[in-house]
Amino acid sequence: MNISNWTAPDPFVTTPDMLIRLVVGLLALAAFVGANATILVYVERKVAGFIQRRPGPFEVGPQGILQTIADAAKLIGKQLVTPRGSDGFLFWLAPIVGFLPVFVMFLPIPWGESTYVVQSDVGVLLILAFAGFGVLSLCLAGWASASKWGLIGAARAVAQSVGYEIPLLLAVLAVCFSHGSMDLMAIVKEQGGWPWQWNVATQPLAFFIYFVCALAETNRAPFDLPEAESELTAGFHTEYSGMGFGLFFLAEYANMIVVCSMATALFLGGFQGPAAPGPWWFLLKVYGLLLVMMWMRWTYPRVRFDQLLNLNWKWLLPLATLNLLATAVALKL
Amino acid sequence: MSVFPKGDFYTRHFQPSGKEETLVVNMGPQHPSTHGVLRIIVELDGEYILRCEPVLGYVHRMHEKMGENRSWVQYWPNTGRVDYLHALAWNWAYAGAVEKLAGIEVPERAEYIRVITCELNRVSSHLLWWGAYLLDLGAFTPIMYAFDDREEIMDMLQMPTGSRLTYCYYRFGGVSADLSDEFLKRLSRFIPYLRSRLPMYRDLVTENVILRKRVEDVGHIDEDMCRRYGCTGPVVRGAGVAYDVRKAEPYSVYDRFDFRIPTYPEADAFARYMVRMDEIEESLKIIEQAIATIPDGPYLSKSAPKPKWSAPKGEACFAVEGARGKITYYVASDGGRTPYRVKLRSPSYCNLSCFAEAAKGVILADAVSILGSLDLVIPEIDR
Amino acid sequence: MGVIKEFAEALKGLKSLIVGLGITGKEFAKPGVTVHYPRKVVADKDLVTYRGHIELVGSKNDPAMPPCITCLMCQSVCPSGCIKIIKHPPPKKDPAADKNAPPEAYASGLEPKTKAAPPAKEKPVKTPKGFILDYNYCSLCGLCVQSCPVDSLRFSTEFYIADPSKKAFVYDLMARLKAQAGTATAKEKE
Ligand code: SF4
Ligand code: SF4
Repeated sequence: MNISNWTAPDPFVTTPDMLIRLVVGLLALAAFVGANATILVYVERKVAGFIQRRPGPFEVGPQGILQTIADAAKLIGKQLVTPRGSDGFLFWLAPIVGFLPVFVMFLPIPWGESTYVVQSDVGVLLILAFAGFGVLSLCLAGWASASKWGLIGAARAVAQSVGYEIPLLLAVLAVCFSHGSMDLMAIVKEQGGWPWQWNVATQPLAFFIYFVCALAETNRAPFDLPEAESELTAGFHTEYSGMGFGLFFLAEYANMIVVCSMATALFLGGFQGPAAPGPWWFLLKVYGLLLVMMWMRWTYPRVRFDQLLNLNWKWLLPLATLNLLATAVALKL
Repeated sequence: MSVFPKGDFYTRHFQPSGKEETLVVNMGPQHPSTHGVLRIIVELDGEYILRCEPVLGYVHRMHEKMGENRSWVQYWPNTGRVDYLHALAWNWAYAGAVEKLAGIEVPERAEYIRVITCELNRVSSHLLWWGAYLLDLGAFTPIMYAFDDREEIMDMLQMPTGSRLTYCYYRFGGVSADLSDEFLKRLSRFIPYLRSRLPMYRDLVTENVILRKRVEDVGHIDEDMCRRYGCTGPVVRGAGVAYDVRKAEPYSVYDRFDFRIPTYPEADAFARYMVRMDEIEESLKIIEQAIATIPDGPYLSKSAPKPKWSAPKGEACFAVEGARGKITYYVASDGGRTPYRVKLRSPSYCNLSCFAEAAKGVILADAVSILGSLDLVIPEIDR
Repeated sequence: MGVIKEFAEALKGLKSLIVGLGITGKEFAKPGVTVHYPRKVVADKDLVTYRGHIELVGSKNDPAMPPCITCLMCQSVCPSGCIKIIKHPPPKKDPAADKNAPPEAYASGLEPKTKAAPPAKEKPVKTPKGFILDYNYCSLCGLCVQSCPVDSLRFSTEFYIADPSKKAFVYDLMARLKAQAGTATAKEKE
């Protein structure tokens, strides 16, 4: 069950039940991602509605529960338009590139004691490595759509993602240092059930930095600059129609789940809880974080692009470095 | 080579810049932050704006020309449609100009009614601006709160005027309907309510550090620039000049009320923002005083013109303070059935004209912020 | 010192962000203010003051007939030219002139395009034969209502009107008045 070495030529061959686990896991994940994105879109719109004192989706199904499904059906049914002058192949490759790596990122997440797809010594690294793919898709989308707004959006996306990956990494590293492991399962198991036993209690700064960077990495407000509506009409996905846009949308929500799952595993004790540890605790925490993300989106204005980069390079990066240093010193002592 | 040259007149006029690394983009006429069909041609170097040029005329409705071929009375509906957010100020400017031209007396009560409704309309206009501006800056929630309060104002204004947006309420020599007691009661309940909402606005938005960073030190339009371009209203008051038509050349009964003209010397977007927020409070103050002292009497003068009335020979000019600045109507009459000439001075037009200079060298996001802080109503620019 | 100041400012900024979250959080808990349109409608008291399209008022004696005297004031004052009044043809002796009798529709000038009243032997019928309002062009200014010398016009409170066709907004106000009078009498009988 344990892949101890990812550098081995082919770890799957040695354990056939691993393969089965992987296939079943991927299928389950596909369903999970799809279902969750649908639910999240609905929840997001309801949250937005309630914050703004209106009902949100209301007409399709009881309390509008089927609204997202109706929207998805509409998106699928729409004509796919490839704008004139665009690079057709890259144009349609972009949403797929944006969406597929998300599955891989779900693999090493420990949902519960025995509910996981793969357990890897370098699970954290795996997630972070594949997170880099997201920016590639945004860049491709903006570039290939031959739209000036898209291009600006893509340029913003690249600068933003590349910048924010560094403090994110440093914040995660601080946690990995203190546990001496990059295995998410091990990190979760070392934390206790009560909030003061979680890593957020020992590493509050790292958690804060991680959360801010996670917002920026997933292009969520107040850092949603690549798609800043009032400035760039829709940024990198200006030209996408139908499911092309739908995939970006789906990827955004899937990414949100990934970063929140990782935050839960790293900082909030994962599936551990005061009583009856299990996947429900994990999901509860993930959804809590997601709600906070939505709450923030509907409260704040958008930051400006130079401020976004300043915040990263002048605040988060030094803070994360200091935090890492302090952690290292404390561990040494 | 096609027979027809590429692009339209403005694009060709703008295009030759000589630089290779720059990007010329059109903001508008369909763009989420131009609130209407304003088009701005922008030359970008990365995120920075090298130069930009507003293009007007997409919603030109010939309000001036229309004045020349309909009778004096028939021009009324047009006045409410120039600036649909502060329609009553335009109503008032037209009424004032014609009353001045023909020497029509306005009863005292009518003057008070005009003050109350016009100030109420100003508050609603500022509330809408506040929400829309925050929308430009990426916050989606404030506009809903603003609309919630504005809805109440519209409900109230519907009582005397009968409409909710494009009012056509004032008449030569008064107004078209009296204020009911219910309206006054509801209004005096509403004032403390809106006052109690303002701290929430402040905490949610004005104090918010992200907003502060977006508007502070952005879009300097100083006194000199205001003078050169003829900016008025919150723009000039945000540059530290206490110019307000209500005080500078008091019309109607404004000299009886005690109110302050908020000015901020910083001359940036935040100064303009604060001027408007303070003006909401000042308007509430005026309304409060007006309700307390409103006299009884007729709401329309006995000598008010009949529908087929035509003005005597002559010309007159009348200015009022709108939510966006100084509104002026100039009317000239040759004694005929229709005005000889109607000229509108719209504040948004002058305020917009300084945008090209103010937005030079700023970041694209700041241009959106500057544009929003000017509080433009596009149909008013084009008239 | 500068660093400390910067930090203090950053903390102040963070506090303002949390205050903002608190406000939206509180609003989240409050009930919504939306009127769910097809299930709920705007309260009648809010509609009373609403100025919908114009309609005719029934006269005291005959609720199905307006007190209108076809002076055509409303038609000529309307800035949008959306009122069209059809007069009863004046009693004619000579049938040749009879054909031209109804005045042109949509009087464009300000002068009512009516001929001087015929020498009265028979009393001419003053009430209108037809009263057509083209609501598509109405600007709801209220000038017609105010200029009517016999208060024959008023605003309806018709609010929920929608139709895919423009033709649906050309109202025959006489027929409307008759229908209203009909329902009114029916109610009285009940
Ligand atoms: S309300 Fe105004 S536009 Fe409408 S019919 Fe009457 S006069 Fe004409
Ligand atoms: S409705 Fe009034 S204004 Fe119009 S024609 Fe009849 S009487 Fe004259």
